[in-house]
Amino acid sequence: MARAVASRRSFLGHSYNLVGVVASLVILAWTVVAIFAPYIIPHPIGDIVDDDYFGPMRQGLWLGSDYLGRDMLSRVLMGARYTVGISLAAVCIACFSGVALGMLAAVTGGWFDTCLSRFLDAMNSIPSKLFGLVVVAAVGSSIPVLILTLAVIYIPGAYRFARALAVNINTMDFMTVARVRGESTAYLIGSEILPNIVRPVLADFGLRFVFIVLLLSGLSFLGLGLQPPLADWGALVRENIGGLPFAAPAVVVPSLAIASLTISVNLLIDNLPQKIRDRDA
Amino acid sequence: MTNLVEVRNLSIEATTDAGRVVEIIKSVSLDIADGEIVALIGESGSGKTTVALSLMGHARPGCRFTGGEISVNGKNMAALSEKERAKLRGTDIAYVPQSAAASFNPASTIMEQVIEVTRIHRLMPPEQARKRAVELFRALSLPDPEGIGARYPHQVSGGQLQRLAAAMALIGDPKLVIFDEPTTALDVTTQIDVLKAFKSVMRADGIAGVYVSHDLAVVAQIADRIIVLKGGEVQETGTTAEILTSAKHPYTRELLAAFRPRQRLAPADAAAATNQLLRIDNITAGYGAVRDDGLPLIRAVDTVSMVVEKGRNLGVIGESGCGKSTLARVIAGIHPAAAGDIVFDGKPLQRAASKRSRDQLREMQIVFQYADTALNPAKPVEDIIARPLVFYHGLDRQARSKRVDELLDMVRLPKSLRYRYPSELSGGQKQRVNFARALAADPKLIICDEITSALDTVVASAVIELLKELQRELGLSYIFISHDLSVVEAICDEIMVMYNGQRVEQITPDKVKAATHPYSKLLFSSVPKLDPTWLDGLVRDPELVAQYGHR
Repeated sequence: MARAVASRRSFLGHSYNLVGVVASLVILAWTVVAIFAPYIIPHPIGDIVDDDYFGPMRQGLWLGSDYLGRDMLSRVLMGARYTVGISLAAVCIACFSGVALGMLAAVTGGWFDTCLSRFLDAMNSIPSKLFGLVVVAAVGSSIPVLILTLAVIYIPGAYRFARALAVNINTMDFMTVARVRGESTAYLIGSEILPNIVRPVLADFGLRFVFIVLLLSGLSFLGLGLQPPLADWGALVRENIGGLPFAAPAVVVPSLAIASLTISVNLLIDNLPQKIRDRDA
Repeated sequence: MTNLVEVRNLSIEATTDAGRVVEIIKSVSLDIADGEIVALIGESGSGKTTVALSLMGHARPGCRFTGGEISVNGKNMAALSEKERAKLRGTDIAYVPQSAAASFNPASTIMEQVIEVTRIHRLMPPEQARKRAVELFRALSLPDPEGIGARYPHQVSGGQLQRLAAAMALIGDPKLVIFDEPTTALDVTTQIDVLKAFKSVMRADGIAGVYVSHDLAVVAQIADRIIVLKGGEVQETGTTAEILTSAKHPYTRELLAAFRPRQRLAPADAAAATNQLLRIDNITAGYGAVRDDGLPLIRAVDTVSMVVEKGRNLGVIGESGCGKSTLARVIAGIHPAAAGDIVFDGKPLQRAASKRSRDQLREMQIVFQYADTALNPAKPVEDIIARPLVFYHGLDRQARSKRVDELLDMVRLPKSLRYRYPSELSGGQKQRVNFARALAADPKLIICDEITSALDTVVASAVIELLKELQRELGLSYIFISHDLSVVEAICDEIMVMYNGQRVEQITPDKVKAATHPYSKLLFSSVPKLDPTWLDGLVRDPELVAQYGHR
């Protein structure tokens, strides 16, 4: 009787498709690079190793050199560390706080919900780049400041999303049953609501990660992100923008790196493995 | 070609998520003559709706015709192109859905939607279509036939909307009308009006019909012939009288037997019956702004008093909107009362559940109608049943696991089910898990809010039998809320009738025929009987109907 549908295969009771697998491999590769970058880079990122600037791809300098003659491969590999690391830290803080507050607001309701929702709506109305600009101008740019700023910018979105999902779950009869049983708010949030919204929340987590990568790159491009000689991918694009007329790999490669990571995360979200629900199987 | 509809060896297959192919209709054959009404009856999942929809050449997403012929008015619906089928829908074949409320567009007037078919098929000019619609409204005995078309769907009642859906189906002068459980969502008092209207219109115009239902008593009133389906196969075919009096197939007999639940025996110990378990005095509760006298604007429950005795059951019956579910929520403390007292096991109870002690909460459990929403879909059965054991009794892992097995056994479910998720259970199994969770708390009183309403007749009757057995074993009391008199009769010692938030009468099941309050009389006389002549012979006091029947 069993007959697999052509485009999806199954593994461990889940079905997946090729696009999702390729996307997760790309993400995995960048994660490995981010973790092991200091051990695999051929040259220290600050060393000038080429006589020419905006050098072409060639043996020894696989991705050419940047505007000062530094090795581009090393700089992109180390850039992965900052781009992935900062974005991941920021998205974790944003989603954890946003989702926790969203569920709490949905379960508690009343004044708490109203005040928190209005406050975060107000936060949401501030343009994100402008907010980042003001914060960096006020307290200066450092990695912790960047992480916190990016997190704060994306908390309201995560909150809205989680609250909307949790409000629907909150009206279900099993929530009433749990309430009448006398359960605490922590149990209601953690054991009754969270398991039901975890999949869309994870999808939202990925999407928000992409937004943060793009915002971080944008801030770095404007010179508000990481300060030299450290550089994330956004900063690499900015400092090598002068190479654009020469079609230098120094400006193309970091752009491709940003694109490959963000597009892969998006594709993975759209093609997450699906649990096979088959009553008789 | 002698019959209007001839279905021969129809097979329909569906593909599941995992890519498995399931045959959901297995070689079904049936005939419908001109002007004949044929009922398709069976439990949910028996394929009755799938067969009915196939007559329009429609297979639901994921399903496809794999064999056989569906000949309607000389055309093979399975072989036609979608465009050709669309031409026939509305003119040759029409469809009346289960929930008219969900099928009307809330943004345009009823008349616009009723005559839409004539516009799509260019049958007649709009003026003529409107006249024809008004004639149909009159034939379906809708109030204010001239003016009702100008209203919007939310401005008419559920029973009226169902008849308007029939008018929409009939305006294209179809030869065959498919009714898909059209009265299942209606109150018994309303159901009669709708059935009568359907029957008279179909008879007058000689239209053939297919009536899909799981309610044998309703079908007995309207159908000429009955086809019993189970597991995608025809079990038995016969005229209504044949099926009702001399059913041959075991499944049909089961269906008939389920319709008459056995009367419960009165408890032997009269002494225990004098112990009050729950007493509520002059409870008022409702919704909306609180007025000067401390009572809410809309009173869903209005000064109701009642008593439940230990080991005995109280039934609460009434139409939808009469406040019976609100009463259950008030007793459980989900919706705190605005006024009145609740005394449980000799001690006064706080009105809000959040202020009651854990033991008080434990001793009174509530079971909801829809097991689908009452069970957390993200948790396996085991966790669902085990939670009250941890919460109220603090059992460790081993004791908990043993008790879950016992509880599953009590509700007659196999132990292997404990690892399943609610979505992997059938409706009846879900309701049993729902009930096992309430039992896990070791309660004294269980409030059952319409727990059998979403179940098929056969399954519901099995659940009722189970409740009776558990009561004998555990000495429980039930408050049984339902709109279905036969269910309440089967299990309750006392029946309380509610109307418009008030208690109108309390009687014992054996005195149902001797009801004194006019609303009780109307309600009890409106329950369909397994007798094909019942509807035609039914004479209701027009004054009563005018006063209490929401037409």
